[in-house]
Amino acid sequence: MSNDPTHQFLVNKIVSIDIGGIDFSFTNASLFMVATVGAAAGFLYLTTSQRGLIPTRMQSVSEMSYEFIASMLREGAGSQGMKFFPMVFSLFMFILTANLLGMVPYFFTVTSQIIVTFALAVFVIGTVILYGFYKHGFGFLKLFVPHGVPGALLPLVVAIEIISFLSRPISLSVRLFANMLAGHITLKVFAGFVASLSAFGALGIGGAILPLIMTVALTGLEFLVAFLQAYVFAVLTCMYLNDAVHPGSH
Amino acid sequence: MFVTAAYAQSTTTEGAEAHDAAAAGEVHTETGVAHEGEHGSGVFPPFDSTHFASQLLWLAITFGLFYLLMSKVIIPRIGSILETRHDRIAQDLDEASRLKGEADAAIAAYEQELAGARAKGHSIADTAREAAKSKAKADRDGVEADLAKKIAAAEARIGDIKSKALADVGAIAEETATAIVKQLIGGTVTKSEIAAAFKASAGN
Repeated sequence: MSNDPTHQFLVNKIVSIDIGGIDFSFTNASLFMVATVGAAAGFLYLTTSQRGLIPTRMQSVSEMSYEFIASMLREGAGSQGMKFFPMVFSLFMFILTANLLGMVPYFFTVTSQIIVTFALAVFVIGTVILYGFYKHGFGFLKLFVPHGVPGALLPLVVAIEIISFLSRPISLSVRLFANMLAGHITLKVFAGFVASLSAFGALGIGGAILPLIMTVALTGLEFLVAFLQAYVFAVLTCMYLNDAVHPGSH
Repeated sequence: MFVTAAYAQSTTTEGAEAHDAAAAGEVHTETGVAHEGEHGSGVFPPFDSTHFASQLLWLAITFGLFYLLMSKVIIPRIGSILETRHDRIAQDLDEASRLKGEADAAIAAYEQELAGARAKGHSIADTAREAAKSKAKADRDGVEADLAKKIAAAEARIGDIKSKALADVGAIAEETATAIVKQLIGGTVTKSEIAAAFKASAGN
């Protein structure tokens, strides 16, 4: 176990796979993606297998997450946006489970990899663009032309709108990635203080109490962040999907 | 800005990195890791592009599978559970309102019945009272008439007896007068004379 706080983000090969000269190895990141899918799908599948009219506690957790995302999407993108429900629900459950699994010591955090969060953000924005053009044709471009802007300012405003649209996948992915990365590094640093201070005898052990308290407090905070970031990702996905469903409505 | 800088860093070091990884024989040892993780010298692990292709592939596989599972199995299932419950609650509410309607109708019918019965009771009591009153009056009238008849009969009888007694008094007086005359004067007096005398004295 290295004391290096970034060690936990290292991707290690488990099974080497090489297709056409490109490295597609099954790594610890892949393993935890599989674990995330297994845990999330397994939980949702097993808790709802009774199909109880009166839900058990665990079944109501699954139902609550369903209704939580459903109401979020309905508020964010209207009833026409409900066709994206499987997508938003999958994204939320995947990110939430990956974040929570990452909280287990020695577990790899899938969402602490920029390429993973960026791929998810591109998936969202790609869906918005494809559906927007498919549904509204070039009318989708009205998204970049807000109502009631004086003609002289219009080029500037349109440029700003386009830049803000293009920066969405970056902000969406970096927000999730940076939160998970920074949280885990902070936890590791404070936990590392506890270990290194307690090496200095009795005084060191006494001094290690403060970082220990910090570590415990940060662990609680990180659980909150794990949920919050999944929520933020889902909410922003709903907002962006609203642009695809109703362009030019804002 | 931070990200783009890091990206630039990762792309510039990509070649060297790949070479390094190949030399290390695809195994990251602890020391190799520590060396790579060191500030400035190596690339920051999350920006290490060596495994980007692998991560993308496995993310596509796992997330694609997850999406399929959600959209084909889990979401229809939870949706149907919620739908069933919603329908059941609506059905129960309908049933409850129907039963409440029935109960209200039953109460209204009961009230109506009760009012009818009460009115009927009143009328029965009234007629019974009237009948009793009239019967009592008739009885009293009958008894009074009977009594009056009896009084009249009694009075008639009394009058009869009185007149008969008065008549007897005349006869007794005539006999007594005859006897007295006989004793006093020793002669006989005829009955007609006595009666004439008596009539004369009675006429006075």
